[in-house]
Amino acid sequence: MKKESFVSIADCSKDDIIRLIGKAEYFEQNPNQKLLEGKVCATLFFEPSTRTRLSFETAVNRLGGRIIGFTDAATTSSSKGEILKDTIKMVSNYADLIIMRHHLEGAARYAAEVSTIPIINAGDGANQHPSQTLLDMYSIYKTQGSLENLQITLVGDLKYGRTVHSLISGMSHFNPTFHLVAPEELRIPDIYKQFMESHNIPYYEYCDFSEKVINQSDILYMTRVQRERFTDLMEYEKVKNIYVLNNKMLDTCKENLRILHPLPRVNEIAYDVDDNPKAYYFEQARNGIYARQAIICSVLEIE
Amino acid sequence: MGVKKKELKVAALENGTAIDHIPSEQLFKVVSLLEIEKLSTPVTIGYNLDSKKMNKKGILKISDKFFEEDEINRISLIAPNVKLNIIRDYEVIEKKLVALPDELLGIVKCNNPKCITNNEPMKTHFKVIDKKDVILKCQYCEMKTKKEDIVLL
Repeated sequence: MKKESFVSIADCSKDDIIRLIGKAEYFEQNPNQKLLEGKVCATLFFEPSTRTRLSFETAVNRLGGRIIGFTDAATTSSSKGEILKDTIKMVSNYADLIIMRHHLEGAARYAAEVSTIPIINAGDGANQHPSQTLLDMYSIYKTQGSLENLQITLVGDLKYGRTVHSLISGMSHFNPTFHLVAPEELRIPDIYKQFMESHNIPYYEYCDFSEKVINQSDILYMTRVQRERFTDLMEYEKVKNIYVLNNKMLDTCKENLRILHPLPRVNEIAYDVDDNPKAYYFEQARNGIYARQAIICSVLEIE
Repeated sequence: MGVKKKELKVAALENGTAIDHIPSEQLFKVVSLLEIEKLSTPVTIGYNLDSKKMNKKGILKISDKFFEEDEINRISLIAPNVKLNIIRDYEVIEKKLVALPDELLGIVKCNNPKCITNNEPMKTHFKVIDKKDVILKCQYCEMKTKKEDIVLL
């Protein structure tokens, strides 16, 4: 069986991304089809993630596929000490496709090496979550009509936020400008700055989250500032409420601005923003179904 | 008189490989990376020998053994300026400098405790993304390791 896995957005060329977005658009028009009839998809969630699992399982169900799997490694042999390789080898014998989430970084790449069937990475620790990146990019494409030449503002935890890092990688093909808003402790790591520099991507860093930054943006990508990331809790208390978007801050923004968030949000977007037509985070989550249908059919080589 | 007292500290090789200018402190790591202990041919190990350039150096003379390129390049991480003399019939027929390979399999430990390679019985795999400054990238967790942070397995 042909084995083309989906492990990291960095493995995707510009053409791959455009092709996948085109497919996602097609599935949005035709979400219910029998393309996976007779196929068995394994969802192996070594770490629980209800949102991502439901999104993938909905994608499979709407395409007529069947699902086996587990939602928590505590109920599987890995709790008895079985190594990942053995689990993957075993499931490779049963299913046509593995969708896996794992708490260890690099687990999906390793699984793809030992598996005889395609692997889709549904998140490996703090490393990659490429289906999230694709749905983010599909959302950007849908709301802006293009991926090219956009002003993208990333707000919050830019140090540990893997969605932010992957988005920079995925968007790097489309001539973006990044505005990076983060507290001192959670600034973007140097390796991503070097990445942007080597790809001639302009970026600007800010500590203040102000209307001025918002007003120049086409996309406002909010992330959660996580308490557990701070060594100094005083520092957390200082910044936790600085990066909160409220409706008033959007009074003078561009007409085409859309607000994205990988969810779950805590308090970084005030609830009064939800009714603003520029709030796009719930639609963004729905786009995840179509993006995942596109990924699944792509790795299984179903046209 | 003084000149006469200086004798050859290490016996000449008939056939084999002489590896010179190994930093003394890395000598035994080099021995282990090249798996010298598994050889059955005669090997001379010179340790803490005087060197004009390096003050103290190590030398390995390995009889009847000619290393493959990727075998020898393993030592480039810890001893980048090592010189290799390939000897046949007491003559040096080739001199080589070691070079950092493009990929390193099973040699370097990934410093990320949450990397799969530190949690599964498997070989590590690094790509050398910068040969000049020696920066490695883990093929699995994608974390980069700088020269000064490199830990050998």
